[in-house]
Amino acid sequence: MQELIQQLINGLSLGSIYALIALGYTMVYGIIQLINFAHGDVYMVGAYVGYFCMARAHLGFFTSLVIAMLVCTVLGVVIERVAYKPLRNSTRIAVLITAIGVSLLLEYGMMFFVGPEVRAYPPMPGFMEASYNIGGVIIRAQQLLIIGISLILMIGLQYIVRRTKVGKAMRAVSQDADAARLMGINVDNTISLTFALGSALAGAAGVLVGVYYNSIDPLMGILPGLKAFVAAVLGGIGLIPGALIGGYVIGAVETLVAGYGFSMYKDAVVFAILIAVLMVKPTGLLGKNVREKV
Amino acid sequence: MKKTLTLLLAGALGLATFAGCSSDDAASSNTIKIGINYELSGPVATYGQASLDGIKMAMEEINAAGGIKGKKIELKEYDNKSEPAEATTLATKLMTSDKVVAVLGPATSGNFKATIPIATKDKVPVISGSATADDVTVDDKGVKEYAFRTCFNDSFQGNAMANFASKKLNKTKAVMIVDSSSDYSKGLAENFKKTFTANGGTIVGEEAYVTKDTEFNPILTRIKNQDFDVIYLPGYYNEAGKIIKQARALQITAPVLGGDGFDSPVLLEQAGASALNDVYFTNHYSSLDQDPKVVKFIADFKAKYNSEPNAFHALGYDTMKFLADAIGRASAVDGESIKTALAETKDFSAVTGTFSVDGNHNPVKAIVVIGLKDGQQATSEKIES
Amino acid sequence: MSNRYARIGVQVVLLALVYGIVWALINAGVIDDYIQATMATICINIILAVSLNLITGFTGQFSLGHAGFMAIGAYTTALVTMEYPTTWGFLGGVFLGAILAAIVGFLIGLPTLRLRGDYLAIATLGMAEIIRILLLNFDFTNGAAGLSGIPSFVGWTWLFVFTVGTIVLISNFLHSSHGRASISIREDEIAAESVGINATRAKTLAFTVGAFFGAIAGGLYASYFYFIKPDLFGFLKSIDILVIVVLGGLGSLTGSIIAAILLALLQTFLQPFPELRMIIYSLALVMIMIFRPQGLMGSRELNLASLTRLTRRGRAAEGAS
Repeated sequence: MQELIQQLINGLSLGSIYALIALGYTMVYGIIQLINFAHGDVYMVGAYVGYFCMARAHLGFFTSLVIAMLVCTVLGVVIERVAYKPLRNSTRIAVLITAIGVSLLLEYGMMFFVGPEVRAYPPMPGFMEASYNIGGVIIRAQQLLIIGISLILMIGLQYIVRRTKVGKAMRAVSQDADAARLMGINVDNTISLTFALGSALAGAAGVLVGVYYNSIDPLMGILPGLKAFVAAVLGGIGLIPGALIGGYVIGAVETLVAGYGFSMYKDAVVFAILIAVLMVKPTGLLGKNVREKV
Repeated sequence: MKKTLTLLLAGALGLATFAGCSSDDAASSNTIKIGINYELSGPVATYGQASLDGIKMAMEEINAAGGIKGKKIELKEYDNKSEPAEATTLATKLMTSDKVVAVLGPATSGNFKATIPIATKDKVPVISGSATADDVTVDDKGVKEYAFRTCFNDSFQGNAMANFASKKLNKTKAVMIVDSSSDYSKGLAENFKKTFTANGGTIVGEEAYVTKDTEFNPILTRIKNQDFDVIYLPGYYNEAGKIIKQARALQITAPVLGGDGFDSPVLLEQAGASALNDVYFTNHYSSLDQDPKVVKFIADFKAKYNSEPNAFHALGYDTMKFLADAIGRASAVDGESIKTALAETKDFSAVTGTFSVDGNHNPVKAIVVIGLKDGQQATSEKIES
Repeated sequence: MSNRYARIGVQVVLLALVYGIVWALINAGVIDDYIQATMATICINIILAVSLNLITGFTGQFSLGHAGFMAIGAYTTALVTMEYPTTWGFLGGVFLGAILAAIVGFLIGLPTLRLRGDYLAIATLGMAEIIRILLLNFDFTNGAAGLSGIPSFVGWTWLFVFTVGTIVLISNFLHSSHGRASISIREDEIAAESVGINATRAKTLAFTVGAFFGAIAGGLYASYFYFIKPDLFGFLKSIDILVIVVLGGLGSLTGSIIAAILLALLQTFLQPFPELRMIIYSLALVMIMIFRPQGLMGSRELNLASLTRLTRRGRAAEGAS
């Protein structure tokens, strides 16, 4: 029992990271039906920005977190404007190939500038290195930090999407871009804003992972990016609450699979879940079945 | 009609590739050409680059001293991108187009093995400083005539650590954490298990991870509730550093044992100094060694590259010197004679220990067990084979 | 009709000529082992690109898991030839691998191809990763160490036979009613269905055929390069193949062939700057999609007819000036 609780806490921290990344995927997919392969690499860039802020500029954790989120916001918008916008009227396959190209460009461009080797984050201040032993279950301060910051960011996002005018515009564009344009919504700006929000969350996830696992490298975004995508599909792609649930479920599944002795199959299990979801209920856990109209 | 040219094109490939063809086989007879087939880019680039640094340093020393048999060494360098097919292709290129007399590298067992059929076919010896898999030089079909190495093999390293655990540390219950995506890690674990159980110990748990994993809390949580007194962690520094850090954070205090994959400053960066206590690993040499040869190597290396040498540097250096020694003794400067000379090497004095080549083309040499205290090398103990 | 046979006759003679010349050059020692190895890489890449082009370029279904099919072919061929080291063993292994890959392709394709959109891309990516992880953990595949010492039976003859065979068969497939159905789905799936094409069936068929040939390339790879391990068939390998297809042109077989040769030459050219290779690849992908989404060849084919047309046009232009 105690071991199970410990594993669930491990899963919760991991799931928070997946959820943060999955939100960006799901928002972008919701609004322009694009699997933004470069999203995982925005998360990687966020981790590096955080690293340079802390290790080179000696800024504090929270300042670095905010800077990383800002840089990623700009990066997300630039990617959208330069690479995806010219293809608004192309085939889906063309946009998808571009997304893969952008993803590789970020990975190998970063590798060209900072080198392929793994870097360690600088040591954290004392309060973040603490751990609490509650009845044999060990909770680390960093785990609390990850879970806490993720929750705050998700609530913030929910507020923007549900309660503000721009959020209303986002929802309108994702339902029907043409109708939204007729209503006087600036569709291009709304799409950029979606990329901006999603990228900021990914940047935050990058810094949190850097602090938690103490290691970053230029290819670190590939696998978490793919798993976050699986999380988004599992929850129902295009749905914000779906991404949250999907993220936590994937985090928990992965932890439990590894914790019960099959860690070499944990990635395979995640992809198997994806294929199973696509076969059984492609709209995901929260998705409604919508008949496609001609 | 549509297909005609489609097919023609496919057929005309041969002609298209002529562009890449060049032949300067008029081997300028005042140099000895040696091929370099290392991982200079790709996932294991650090091993290849480090080996090459060591090789170049040795080459410069040899050339400064007048070369071998009055001839200077000339290196033909290629990057195999850490891909076995590329390693095979480059071995072919080195042996048939560049007409080298021997090839150094690749650094990893898999890539090295991919070049051995070519070496046998073209009768040019290949030598690796770091291919540690047991079946690199010998398999069930017998010794691979043209394959040599200057490092000890996985079974030797696994055995040595198992003996250290049961005889020096007096441990009886071990947990193994193995990188299931690495043959090196699996090879070490298998041999550790064999010797450790033969010594009367038991393996109470076996966990797996894969290279590039970052989250080890699930497997560590699982281990934590088991009854054990030592952890064997054969793996590379990136993951090993993280595993040790996360284990210590979960208040697992048992000693951690590893292999030469720990030998990198990255281990300290990843784990942090406070986690690196009671950590031991087997290695090719220790920088604490007071042997004048080692002291001189470290001093020269620092002067040239301005950094601390690691085992790959030392092994690369030894590999070049080992080959030069054999060429010096060979009856002629060609693949076959050099191969014979390499196989006859006796008491060759290297930075990583004096060795002779045995019937299976393995160097017979000592192994070092290094102990860490607050992340620094604190103890080193030589175990003769 | 006789015209058609005459054309086929010309083609056969030309091919035989190319085969014979290269064979003679190899025996004369002009084409050394290194050039042969490069040729093998090119031939294998052509088979991979042509078979992926069938799926992605002609049928319009985005597959990111071609390396997975390649892995199935490579491992099956390796295991069979290690057991039966004869030419028949090699051929048996290649075909067994191809059939296995086709079955896997069918099983993955059938449920996911019903869906529109990009699901296939992710499902195939997941499938390839699962295949790689299984190969890494099975005992009979020797895990991470991979299989080494695979007996080699592939020389110029088999490379030539398989490469030309693949191109001919896929080209014939495309000119059959199945191929036409595939292309119509790429152009407009709804319109295709409304004229009575069973879209799911046609897509699954194209996908299965592509998987079959992808595995053949894997088999040749294993046999030519002696050594295989699971890492070789990762996500990046699938991307490598995709780059060839996109560069050559989605929907052009000759484009894929030209791109495979060009990239192999570029590769030797970039040998001294390995770190730039992936940057150039990725920039190429983005640039091609933005400025020339049809690739080098678009969906056109290079053939004798178009060449004669070009020269005629050239002559006409000369005459006019």
